[in-house]
Amino acid sequence: MQRFAALVDRLVYTSSRNAKLALIAHYLRETPDPDRGWALAALTDGLNFPAVKSSTIRNLLSERVDPILWTLSRDFVGDTAETASLLWPSPENDVMGPPTVSEAVELLGGMTRVSVMSELPKLLDRLDPSGRYALLKLATGAMRIGISSRLAKVAFAQAFDVSVEDVEEYWHGLAPPYEPLFAWAAEGATPPDNQGLPLFRPFMLAHPLEDGELDLAEYAAEWKWDGIRVQLVHLGGETRIYSRSGDDVTGTFPEMADALTIPAVLDGELLVRGSHQGGETGGAASFNALQQRLGRKTVSAKMLAEYPAFVRLYDVLILDGEDLRELAWSERRARLEALMPRLPAERFDLSQVVEAADFAELGRIREGARDDAIEGLMLKRRDSPYVAGRRTGLWYKWKRDPLVVDAVLMYAQRGSGKRSSFYSDYTFGCWDGDPDQGAELLPVGKAYFGFTDEELKQLDRYVRNHTVNRFGPVRETDKSLVFEVAFDSVHASKRHKSGLAMRFPRIHRIRWDKPAHEADRIASLKALIRD
Amino acid sequence: MAAPFSWIRPEPWGIHVVPAGAWIDPSRPVDRALVTHGHSDHARGGHGETIATPATLAIMELRYQTRAGAKPVEYSETLEIGGGVSATYIPAGHVLGSAQILLEHAGERVIVTGDYKRRPDPTCPPFAVTPCDIFITEATFGLPVFCHPPIGEEIGTLLDAIRAEPDRCVLVGAYALGKAQRVIAELRAAGHRDPIYLHGALERMCRLYEEHGVDLGELRLVSDYKKDDMRGAIVLCPPSALNDRWSRRLPEPITAMASGWMRVRQRARQRQVELPLVISDHADWGELTRTIEEVNPAETWITHGREEALLRWCQLHQRRARALALVGYEDEDD
Repeated sequence: MQRFAALVDRLVYTSSRNAKLALIAHYLRETPDPDRGWALAALTDGLNFPAVKSSTIRNLLSERVDPILWTLSRDFVGDTAETASLLWPSPENDVMGPPTVSEAVELLGGMTRVSVMSELPKLLDRLDPSGRYALLKLATGAMRIGISSRLAKVAFAQAFDVSVEDVEEYWHGLAPPYEPLFAWAAEGATPPDNQGLPLFRPFMLAHPLEDGELDLAEYAAEWKWDGIRVQLVHLGGETRIYSRSGDDVTGTFPEMADALTIPAVLDGELLVRGSHQGGETGGAASFNALQQRLGRKTVSAKMLAEYPAFVRLYDVLILDGEDLRELAWSERRARLEALMPRLPAERFDLSQVVEAADFAELGRIREGARDDAIEGLMLKRRDSPYVAGRRTGLWYKWKRDPLVVDAVLMYAQRGSGKRSSFYSDYTFGCWDGDPDQGAELLPVGKAYFGFTDEELKQLDRYVRNHTVNRFGPVRETDKSLVFEVAFDSVHASKRHKSGLAMRFPRIHRIRWDKPAHEADRIASLKALIRD
Repeated sequence: MAAPFSWIRPEPWGIHVVPAGAWIDPSRPVDRALVTHGHSDHARGGHGETIATPATLAIMELRYQTRAGAKPVEYSETLEIGGGVSATYIPAGHVLGSAQILLEHAGERVIVTGDYKRRPDPTCPPFAVTPCDIFITEATFGLPVFCHPPIGEEIGTLLDAIRAEPDRCVLVGAYALGKAQRVIAELRAAGHRDPIYLHGALERMCRLYEEHGVDLGELRLVSDYKKDDMRGAIVLCPPSALNDRWSRRLPEPITAMASGWMRVRQRARQRQVELPLVISDHADWGELTRTIEEVNPAETWITHGREEALLRWCQLHQRRARALALVGYEDEDD
């Protein structure tokens, strides 16, 4: 438990992603089973002990600490578990040494709402403040130390030098403490068998097409749709829908879960019906409409009727018990086309292959797609197997050129980690009318990348020399510097004063030369809205 | 005969010693000031006469470039300050020169602690428990969550960090008066002989400590060296410089801070500290309550910090106590 507590403490104080990965990887390598598996589950919020609640901790402390002193302390510290870990009185009698993580998990798992009041104190007595903090956080399932499951998987892959895609695939079938996963990664044992379980299979991803041409005899082109990439799995009599990160989003799209009844694993783009994004077989609404459906745990009938979801299929990984991932894309494509009649048409359509005589014509088609809210084109090697992750040379994404706008730097905020001494997060705005007639700047977006380290230094210096106001970590500038901001699309938004929200803005160029009054107006950004 | 203790009066800008026309640690200029120690929230310039230990006066001179009206008083020396009041300066163990002030008048004894701690500190003599009727105590860390670990553990953590990443440096934010010198002295006591690098703002105070007999070993100014010279080294700066542009000249610094506040995770995170070191020059909760018990005054007055909790403790332990509302004392970067 002390090693785990030390890890938790280090993670709390570490902001760099790489440093977090190194800390977790080191812990996983150096810690024996089953402790490391329980720790991994704790870090990724994979543990739940119903007997231990935040109120349990308060009740235990109220028996030991004066209530006024408790309240004053809790208010100052700001966290119940941390306050309790600091206030817990040292035991008067000799106690057993600190528990291992697995012993703690076992004891916590055995506690009931009644026994917890006598059993949890025994466990707390055996730990120092740091250990008590880690134990209480683990027990209440509220680590909240910025460790996503993706980060934990990457750390696991780093620790044992295995591919993160394999980790993703095997992880999903297992429960803590994941001993078969460690046996496979650390000792080279046979990987866990997932066939027939409705688990996530890692996505095949694409590299951006930087320059050069591809031979269309070797590569097929498809539209890259602006929705969310999903994997639909129907295996073992159950349907699950996974997002790109492997999160289960089945509950968010119940109509899709009901629509797949064939044993299959399908890859596609989830969209909602609408008049834009024409496509060939029924339109889809823009990403903005889809956002109405995202992140909801329960979905109302009204939502289902107003924003009905469907999936535009790209690929088939497993069908009728047969794993097709080793087959060439062209063969999988044929199987997918043959599958379409078996699927309900109101919930599934097929992502069409874009035909072009040559690469130049394909380029013209891509440019012409500007009006549809299509992200660009996908180019897939006709003989490519379906492999997890990004494999060079197999799939490319060829996004259409970004939209750009000239905006004025308004506010700058300090970054974190390596950038903590730099003003590196920039809020920029456009004019709400003619700047020579007294128009004002309204913020339209925020970006913190797209510039080089050298440019960051220049920008930091610029911000410091052009500050007119300070608000904590934020500085207001004199609004004299113009950024050329690139973005993927722009949408109407009621949340912003400017009435619009950019998708994926980044600093494209710094226009040291351009006077602020020549920056763009809100109206010209609004003209780009395609909602 | 005046009412008991009517000669000592807490006023918003300091404790007023009425018959002597003097104030203790006044936050605005007065004719006569009795100053407990050199931290800027206690020691301000501009008084007509300033009575303090020689070390505190030297610190004040360094900070305010003035020595007008300075009246030195040695530890344990009793000084008649007028109106039948005598003052005795007693070690408080807080920083170099820090003192509690024992005031005696008509057989009544009052102690004003200023800031103090009970832990050993190689840079100043230890707090001496002295009986009194009224004990006026600080309460900076007056919450039961504050329990400063033994300093050896924290120094060990610091040395482990530098050993674990010899290509980087550890940048320790430490209050310029007291904390910085104590950290250096403790590092030396732990056998760390390497040169320690300093932010320019710490140099003069370190020199002053050395002039007062505190050996700090080899100290170097960051500005005199190159980035590569400082790999594997410990660098000290004032807390305000931790995330400042100044730190860019250091080799991938690990940000540390030596402060009692580092006991609370959120406090460390707010300052973007990666390596919190719980090192304080103030009494923690256990020291505060133990000191009240040992001094065993008839009444305890609580000045600055988290008075409420210490007041509650006194109530729970049937001790007479009151909280004073003094202005101008800050939660310094202890």
